[in-house]
Amino acid sequence: MLKLILNRLMVSIPVLLAVVTITFFMVHAAPGGPFDFDRVVSPEVMEKLNEKYNLDAPLYKQYFDYLVSAIQGDFGPSFRYPGRTVAEMIAIGLPITFELAIYSILFATFLGITFGSLAALKQNTLLDYIPMSISMAGICIPSIVLGPLLSLIFGIWMGWLPVSGWGTYAGDKLLPVVTLGTAYAAYCARLTRGGMLEILGQDFIRTARAKGLSEFRVVVVHALRGGLIPVVSFLGPAIAGLLAGSFVVETIFGIPGLGRFYVQAAFNRDYTMILGTSIFFSALIILFNLLADLLGAAMDPRVRESYSDE
Amino acid sequence: MSELLQISSIWQDAIFRLKSNRLAVFGGVFIILLIILATLTPWIAPYDYAQQDRVLGPTPPSFQHLLGTDYLGRDLLTRLLYGSRISLLVGFIATTVALIIGVTWGTVAGYLGGSIDTWMMRIVDTLYGIPFIILIILLMVVFGRSLVLMFMAIGAVEWLTMARIVRAQVNSLKQREFVLAAKAMGVKETTIMTRHLIPNTLGPVIVYATLTVPQVMLLEAFLSFLGLGVQAPMSSWGLLIRDGAVSMEESWWLLVFPAVIFSTTLFSLNFLGDGLRDALDPRMGPN
Repeated sequence: MLKLILNRLMVSIPVLLAVVTITFFMVHAAPGGPFDFDRVVSPEVMEKLNEKYNLDAPLYKQYFDYLVSAIQGDFGPSFRYPGRTVAEMIAIGLPITFELAIYSILFATFLGITFGSLAALKQNTLLDYIPMSISMAGICIPSIVLGPLLSLIFGIWMGWLPVSGWGTYAGDKLLPVVTLGTAYAAYCARLTRGGMLEILGQDFIRTARAKGLSEFRVVVVHALRGGLIPVVSFLGPAIAGLLAGSFVVETIFGIPGLGRFYVQAAFNRDYTMILGTSIFFSALIILFNLLADLLGAAMDPRVRESYSDE
Repeated sequence: MSELLQISSIWQDAIFRLKSNRLAVFGGVFIILLIILATLTPWIAPYDYAQQDRVLGPTPPSFQHLLGTDYLGRDLLTRLLYGSRISLLVGFIATTVALIIGVTWGTVAGYLGGSIDTWMMRIVDTLYGIPFIILIILLMVVFGRSLVLMFMAIGAVEWLTMARIVRAQVNSLKQREFVLAAKAMGVKETTIMTRHLIPNTLGPVIVYATLTVPQVMLLEAFLSFLGLGVQAPMSSWGLLIRDGAVSMEESWWLLVFPAVIFSTTLFSLNFLGDGLRDALDPRMGPN
């Protein structure tokens, strides 16, 4: 297991470093970037930037300065909001985005695993066909379509749910979570179905049934553990997708999370903000990929063994 | 029954199987129709895409404007037609870029094997970990919202899976007799790759390319929706959905029509891709 962790870390760290390097030099090369003296920036921000990264210093020195302070969680002052640092903005937005992502992933996995297992157990019946057709639609309809359509139908035509806000009105978290979670619920259902079908045909399941275990025990205790491996390894990429999806969902529903800050920063060309949040997001995604990888390995003896032999 | 007596090629077989898949046929017909409409847009569009009529403002569908007009009095049907050009263009260009890089990379890695293969695939694995959506957004912010740049950037990130698929194919193909025979006859290595290996990877490549098209279209719509892609007065589906979402309270048609068209296109491409996969390799089956 230790070998596996080290192996994955050996991949993750260079990736993160590459992302930081690419983003830093890209923003640096920007015409009229933040580190450019001709730019009209409030003198206050310029002064702070200067003090932090000695902008007269050679480029490589600025880069290393940035790297060192970024590791400590200091991304410098925001460009457009004088007096605010990028780290402060992240601290404000992150909990909200996290909440949204966690609710969505719970919604997705609960719905997906339930209907996926059901479809596998009742293969080639209506309980299989109907959820699987709906899941095909769930995968194909993107959040930029689903979000506005849901708020048009349930928010404006029916008048049941508020179409914006986060925690200000009753039920305002429902539409964003459904919008963000639906595609993943659909994927989860398909992956669970595939994984379960493979597992349910194996000998140890027959043994479990032959022992006279209840169907519930056979499915939940024996089959799900193996059947969920594809779902777990999908969670890593799903988290990455969720964060990117939060850009859209937070913009649609006016949620003051990190995703919306990111899009606004991109819109306003708030260079320090976008540099900082890009690096932060990337680190987060890489971290979750790593965790999902390790979790998947912990569940799958085959993967574990392939690392313990040598 | 006489058909069975004829020797049918793998492609004839595939087309026969594809035709019996109704959803895939529907997808294919819809996409072909869309391509025709998009190509003919400058001649068939009822209005100019930037033509405004501020006095008119937003109007529901009528005989003058079949799908209604937006808050600037621009004809929605016209803007949808022009938007389809952008979507199809990005789908085509970005997928081509992804194809070229992915097939070359995968063929070279798979054919050469050994440590070169290990390193090339390790690079692919590493790149998989990079959250590209962030890099693309950054690219659009830093270097301006140029269409060509966006197309290229999207294509340049979608080649990874293609490289993996092609490598796996080439890796198993290179042991086959016809490749060994070509080698024994002294055929140049580059010729072996281009004449013998790449044509034989075509099936999976076509399937995956078809499935890449909706992905890149989605990425473009996503960027335009966020206001970081195509800019008004030009038109793109992502942009139209964004405008529709802003004004849906007063004018539902501005949201509903672009949303339906965009979703139907994504559906069609996915069905077509799935159908092609089943047709070209019956063993793979739906997952």
